Amino acid sequence: MSDHEYVPKSKFGKWFNDRLPLLTLASHLTDYPTPKNLNYWWTFGGILTFCLITQIVTGLTLAMHYIAHADLAFESVEHIMRDVNYGWLIRYIHANGSSMFFLAVYIHIFRSLFYGSYKSPREIIWIIGIIIYLLMMAAAFMGYVLPWGQMSFWGATVITSLFSAIPFIGEGIVNWLWGGYSVDNPTLTRFFTLHYLLPFLILGLVVLHIWALHIPGNNNPVGIDVKKPSKDTVPFHPYIVIKDVFALLMFMIVFAFFIFYSPNILGHADNYIEANPMVTPVHIVPEWYLLPFYAILRSVPDKLMGVIAMLSAILILAALPWLDTSKIRSAVFRPLYKQFYWILVVDVLILGYVGAMPAEGLYLLIARVATAYYFIHFLIILPVLGFKEKTIPLPLSITEPVLGDAPIASAVKKKESLN
Amino acid sequence: MKNIFKITYLIIFLLAGTFQVNAEEKVDLLKTDWSFKGLFGKFDRVSLQRGYQVYTEVCASCHSMKYVSYRNLFEPGGPEFTEDQAKAIAASFEVTDGPNNDGEMFIRPAKLSDKFVKPFANVKAAQAANGGAYPPDMSVLAKARSGGVDYIYSLLLGYEDAPSGVTLEDGVYYNKYMYGNNIKMAEPLSDGLVEYNDDTTASKEQMAKDVTTFLMWAAEPHLESRHKMGFKAILYLIILTILVYFSMKKIWSRIESEV
Repeated sequence: MSDHEYVPKSKFGKWFNDRLPLLTLASHLTDYPTPKNLNYWWTFGGILTFCLITQIVTGLTLAMHYIAHADLAFESVEHIMRDVNYGWLIRYIHANGSSMFFLAVYIHIFRSLFYGSYKSPREIIWIIGIIIYLLMMAAAFMGYVLPWGQMSFWGATVITSLFSAIPFIGEGIVNWLWGGYSVDNPTLTRFFTLHYLLPFLILGLVVLHIWALHIPGNNNPVGIDVKKPSKDTVPFHPYIVIKDVFALLMFMIVFAFFIFYSPNILGHADNYIEANPMVTPVHIVPEWYLLPFYAILRSVPDKLMGVIAMLSAILILAALPWLDTSKIRSAVFRPLYKQFYWILVVDVLILGYVGAMPAEGLYLLIARVATAYYFIHFLIILPVLGFKEKTIPLPLSITEPVLGDAPIASAVKKKESLN
Repeated sequence: MKNIFKITYLIIFLLAGTFQVNAEEKVDLLKTDWSFKGLFGKFDRVSLQRGYQVYTEVCASCHSMKYVSYRNLFEPGGPEFTEDQAKAIAASFEVTDGPNNDGEMFIRPAKLSDKFVKPFANVKAAQAANGGAYPPDMSVLAKARSGGVDYIYSLLLGYEDAPSGVTLEDGVYYNKYMYGNNIKMAEPLSDGLVEYNDDTTASKEQMAKDVTTFLMWAAEPHLESRHKMGFKAILYLIILTILVYFSMKKIWSRIESEV
């Protein structure tokens, strides 16, 4: 945690470090001062890095056996499942890994929302995060197409057809994406190429994400800046590392349950039927992690407006640092925001649920209300709340709530009287 | 806080309502006890062997199983016939191979390395012989239907006379569990249809259970090693997690005592 510059001890180390300061970087990463009050919601950054690397390693292995061809893809996946040594394990890790990846990213995003991690001076970290999330969705969508099952094929058809909503050039764009007049072999090969490329772009952005994080340092559950680094922070290694490892192991236990005991529960049964352009499945549903946005898409009667609504639902997040007008970061000290936060969580869960249901009757009505509320939360409630809300006084420093001193007790009392 | 609870209750109430509506549309599937479910689930060997018999004597005349090889029949975790039995089974089928050095295709008995021989040359031939319906390939069928093995088991036992008012086209049968209740496959099983080599009575239920078990194995041939490895992996992770937990406490105690 030393503030002065790192100097390698060995002569060679010094010679090398003068030319490429890798050792300085390593020392920065291990000594990186981290707020000591971080809770377990902060361990998901490390978990996400693990997920990304797992997906890349298993993905590379699968790519050695997979054949990106409309006539052979489904068969090659079965070959992996049956005849490749531990192929079933690698594929189930990869398939369930995407779900675990999204589970972790949603927790990570909602942690940011709760503790106001997107606020100044961390806007760039947040925006890079949103771009990563967008690329993740693209990568996951294209990955789902590769097994060339019924849901792969029809999911690809539905999602790529959305571009036809664009006036004048829509049809042209769709044909360009497909590489023909329907989803077929050219679509599969380009999706495979892009699915291979995107994780490495994500990896690059993750480096930027962490770099941008290391400029202001971590936010923390209290949401106030570090006052005295010696008192408020601990070095990243070993304190945060061991905590991250502990949380990661807990996460891996859940992950392992899916892989070994219900590997197909998060997928759709229809994807074990080979793609058939002549037979449309009864319900075309995307993977669970895309359902909230699918619900928003379908809740708007007009196709173009639906697409715009769906895209805005994601892009609106990038504007969040400026939509949220409150200077207080952590929801702990924002009694009203805290309530609206939980309503938003429930709202998104409802959207996910109705996204899986047929878009008719009561479901459609719920989807519309939930979609409207989603936008109201970001466009009306958040900007207004910053001005209207009576917040709870902040503690003086990070160490204070850790110690459980008198001032925080008074804050708790005030909080009770507010309810 | 109170508001949150109120709203949450309201939402749960609403969701519960919609689940209810949804549940009414579904027919409850028949349940039976599958030996391969659960943490230590394993296939019942004898049931798999009987299931293979049902498949090959009843289903295989229409349904292919193109991703399964004859060698799989003696590999561990499956029906575990002896290698000689599997060879004999393979040899009872004929495959077209070639071309030989004269450029001719020739017919030879199947070998262990061959995939299960298909009943029809192609999809069109299968459709032509089955009134326009394509009997689906059975390799991954147990994973390709929602409800999985329970659905297949139910479907095999779900043939009924059509309720009054429902008229069926020629070659279409009524099945309680089929989507839309219309199925082009005639009831495949009847009591005593196959003659089991062991003392098991070949009742409809027994055959349905055996053949469904066989289909599950065909779809997931590594299920047993998956369950075995899963148990070890999770046990290992739990122990490691406990160890790391105590290391973490130890490391953090340095700080907390300092404060």
